[in-house]
This record gives sequence, structure tokens and C-alpha cells, in this order.
Amino acid sequence: MANLLTVSNLVTEFGGTKTAPGLRAVNDVSFALEKGRVLGLVGESGSGKSVTGFSIMGLVDRPGKVTGGRIIFDDRDLIGLDPEEMRRLRGKRIAMVFQDPMMTLNPVLRIGTQITEAIQAHDPMTKSAARARARDALGLVGIPSPEERLDAYPHEFSGGMRQRVAIAIAMLHHPDLIIADEPTTALDVTIQSQIIAEFQKMAEISGTAVIWITHDLAIVSRLADDIAVMYAGRLVETGPVEQILGDPRHPYTRGLIQSVPSQNQRGHRLHQIPGMTPSLTRLPGGCSFRTRCGHATEQCHTIPERTDTGTRTYRCFHPVTEGL
Amino acid sequence: MLASLLRRLIQAIMVILAMTIIVFVGVNVIGNPVDILINPDASQAEYARVVAHLGLDRPLWQQYLMFIQGIFHGDFGTSFVYNKPALSLIVERLPATLELAISALLIAIVVGLPLGLYAGLHPERMSSRLIMSGSILGFSLPTFWVGLMFILLFSVQLGWLPSGGRGETASFLDASWSFLTADGLHHLILPALNLALFKTSLVLRLTRAGVQEVLPQDYVKFARAKGLSENRVIYTHVLKNLMIPVVTITGLEFGSLIAFSVVTESIFAWPGMGKLIIDSINNLDRPVIVAYLMMMVILFVALNFIIDICYTLLDPRVRLDTKGK
Repeated sequence: MANLLTVSNLVTEFGGTKTAPGLRAVNDVSFALEKGRVLGLVGESGSGKSVTGFSIMGLVDRPGKVTGGRIIFDDRDLIGLDPEEMRRLRGKRIAMVFQDPMMTLNPVLRIGTQITEAIQAHDPMTKSAARARARDALGLVGIPSPEERLDAYPHEFSGGMRQRVAIAIAMLHHPDLIIADEPTTALDVTIQSQIIAEFQKMAEISGTAVIWITHDLAIVSRLADDIAVMYAGRLVETGPVEQILGDPRHPYTRGLIQSVPSQNQRGHRLHQIPGMTPSLTRLPGGCSFRTRCGHATEQCHTIPERTDTGTRTYRCFHPVTEGL
Repeated sequence: MLASLLRRLIQAIMVILAMTIIVFVGVNVIGNPVDILINPDASQAEYARVVAHLGLDRPLWQQYLMFIQGIFHGDFGTSFVYNKPALSLIVERLPATLELAISALLIAIVVGLPLGLYAGLHPERMSSRLIMSGSILGFSLPTFWVGLMFILLFSVQLGWLPSGGRGETASFLDASWSFLTADGLHHLILPALNLALFKTSLVLRLTRAGVQEVLPQDYVKFARAKGLSENRVIYTHVLKNLMIPVVTITGLEFGSLIAFSVVTESIFAWPGMGKLIIDSINNLDRPVIVAYLMMMVILFVALNFIIDICYTLLDPRVRLDTKGK
């Protein structure tokens, strides 16, 4: 089956000039996504997972800029695509849901306006037709009495309801790909499950592929088909979810899994990865994880190449093999 | 809603009442108008007669009470100089000041808003930096000096525009207006520009600051992620949020535009209220000064009130709801 999205050697830099390279928030990232699959993009804060998402959307904030690599979506390279062409893809074929539902809806525009404008941006139609569709979309994500709620403002909604509205907007045109940037992080646990279920339902209905950006491994294990683990701008390990979570190769992935409280035995100290995520301005040379890694040797001062076993990839000279 | 309106109204009345006292006492200590009004050769008896006629022989509190009593009958006192009701003197001059202030406000918005939007959207461009530097000049150059330079350049050197006066006026709603005739409009240009200079810079900088605050917001990014056109993002999503501070501040500034048109009116011999108040201060024409200041107080209070209402219309989050507390 042909890949819907193929990202290869993507580099996104902040504040670079022609002569001096900027900070590499995304560094040589490659992954592929098939139609209808769910990819969990996992990593700590600042590892570059959100920037990867925005790079695909073509929405990296200044002074950030995609400076290398290719993003092939449906046989077209999104990098360097004409802005108007890109606009037509956004919301129509690639949609995005953001982390904080309190911030993603415009506070001074009615919910109805914010949905109908998204409809009319891609499908020219009358106001009343767009409104009817907006009402149906709200109903579909489980918002009660959608007709009246169209005239409400975002502040009259709870966080969970707002995220439902954002999902409704993202799903309006049945996109081929949704990038979900930690859409449940800001929500209560009970609401989280509802939103995840909502997502699964919607993605299933329209056969949408999902890139689920998160730092929560528990969510990924429930939701994703594949996992890509990101550390300091690089993908350190990718592969099917059972393989990665059950038998990680990269020491960082291993540390991440062991840090999940449920993985630890009661009464024992929680497992931690020693040290902290290095700042992008002070990355160690070679493998970025080597300063925190128990397996690091002299060899790790050069950047390990990607090892591709056919089903999974990892970047490490000393892959862990003993399992968890 | 009704309760909060009523509360505001009571507050407004208290402010106005407090101002009457401050204004009345203040005006009484700046000098004795009789010394200016009366012929220096007049006899002692003549002097006493004038003082008694103007009611200045009574104690201050009695004068104040008479003044307050007058207000309730719509009487703000009679001008010592013109011997006409002070209020009607001011109202006569109101259209001139009003059209000057409104023209200046329009210029400030029409020029300041687009320039500020441009400078905010493209901060790195040379033209944006030029605009921002220009706005600093607009802020810091004194109005009277700019006015004089305008006259020097456009009236004296180039001879394009008249240097003063209202020109021909046309009557509308029982008042005479300059902007209705070509000649009057010609006369209006320079003073309006002069008065607008400061406000234009203000609107410009407010708009730019607003753009830079709104642009990085998630909802702008989300609007783009929906595939909206850039125009829709800027003119609906950004501008609507931006208008909240801009409308609030420009609205409040309209009051000061009227109050501080004094300088511009003096330079361009514009026969508005500002000119009247300067003349009245020179003549110690107390009733006119007091009446003018009272008008300004009422104007400011009313503007504040209107802006609060506009604000609730613009920002759905601050609608005066009945549910809250």
C-alpha cells in the first residue's frame, strides 16, 4: 500500500541565517504513514514533536523555517508548495487539533461562525447550508442541542466541549490526515478518554490517518499502530507499537517506558532517566542522549546511523536486547 | 444589567457633583473679574454696584448654591463679557469644535489603523521601521509648533491652503458647518491634520502592539490550520480581537480631542469652544469657564459610559451578565 505521508530527512531550524545554522528543533527526521494508520509521536517537552507537526502543516512560526528534507503527501512535496495550494490542503486534506482547547477558538467569534468559515473556505456554499452542516458536525461529536450552541461563544463552553468543537472543525472535510498535538493533555482524565474515543470514532468513519503527538505512553499504547520516539530533535526509534513498547531497542525509549508509574512496583522508588533534556543550544556532540545513557561509550561521540530491521528503526550503537 | 447601569449612573452623578465644587472654587481663586471688566477710572460706588450686580458680594457658598440651583433650571450663569447665557455661547461654538474633532478622529483612524496593521504584520520591513519612527515624531512634536510649521509651509510658502478661520459655512440642523462647503472643507484640512497628528500616532502604535499580541495566539494558528485565506485570518480573526483596545482608547481619547483642541483652535483662529475658553480665561469670564468645564466633565463621563457599552458589544466575555454574582 502506498504511503499517504512520507517525511524524509526533515530539518526545521529556528533563527538560522545564510551563514550560521540556527537551532535545529527538528533534525533529520524520517517516517512514513499509511492511509488510515495511527502514528504516536512520543517525546518529552521540547523534543521537537510539535514543531514536526507544524512543519507538515506549513505553519512553523517565524523565525522558524523548514530548511531541509522532503514531506511527500499524496505524491506532492509540501515543502516549497505554492501558499495557495497549501492553504487548500490545510483543513481540507490535512487537519490539526491543538493542545489547549482554551486557546484554539477565537474568543470574540461565535462557534457557528468559526465552523461555517472553515466549511466555506473549501466548499463554497450558502450561509444557511454551511450552518446546517456545522450543526450536524457539532451533533456528531456529541454536543447537546447543537442548533443553539452555534450562537454561543467559546467561553460558554467547557474545555472538553471546546476540544470537541475543535475536533468537529478538524473532521469537517473528512481529511486524509489529522495531526493531533497533545489534544488531551489539558483535559481531565475522564474527559480524556471521551475525547480519545471521539477521535477513534471519527478517524474510523472517514479512514483518516492520525499523527498523535503526546508524551503520554499510556495513550499511545491504546491508540497507535506505530510509534516514533523523538529526543532532542531526532527520531531515536520507530516501529510497531507492541514491538517498541514491549521490546525497546534504544536506551531512551526504555527509560521512557520504565518511567511510567504503572511499570514500577509498588513500594519501590520510581524509575527515572538521570539528568534532564539538554537545551537545544547546548546539545552534546554525537548521540544527544549519550550524557544520560548508561550504555554510552567513546563511539557515541559520532552520530549513530539509522538501523533499519525492516519493521523497525533505531539510532543507537548499543541497542538494548534483553527486553523489559 | 439594569442594576449595573443604575450603579454607573449614580457614580457618574457623583463625579459631576464633585467636579462642580472643584471647578467653582478653583475659578474663584484665579482673580477678580471686576478689575478687568470695569473701567479703571470708575468710582468706588460704581465698582460696588458692578460687584453687587454680578453677585460677587455674597459669600462663596451662597454663590455656589445659586449656581447649582441655576443648573437645575438649565442656567449656567450669564457671561460677564457678552452678557449672554454662558451655555448658549458654548453651544453656539460647539459645531465648529465638533467638526474639527471628528475630522481629526477620522483621520487618526483612517491613517493610523492601516499603517499600524501593516507595521505589525511585517515588522522586519524597512517601511515598517520608518512608520514606527514617524509615529514617535507624531507623539513628541508639540502640536502648536507643528501647527505653525503647517501654516508656514502650506499657507505661506506654497499658498495651497488658508491659514485660519472656518471659511464659508452651510447651515444644517440649526448650526453652521464648514465641512458642507468646498471652501469650508479647504479651511478644515490644516487644523484637522494638526489635531489628528498625535492621535494618529496613538492609534498606529496601539494597532501595531495589538497585532503583535494577537498574531502568535493559538487561535490565529488554528484559523490558518483550517485553511482560511490570509485575508480572512487578518481581517476577521486578528482585527476583531485588536479592535477591543483600539476602540476603548480612541473612544476615551475623543474627549481629550475636544478638550485639547484649544491649542489648534488658537493657532488656526478656528472659532470653536477652545478659542472661546481661552478668551474667557483671559477676561476672567467666570460663568463661561465654569460652564465649559462642566460641559467637558459631562462629556467625559458620557463617553466613558458609551465606551463601556461598546466594549461589552465587542468582547463577548465581558457582557454584563445577570447570571454572575
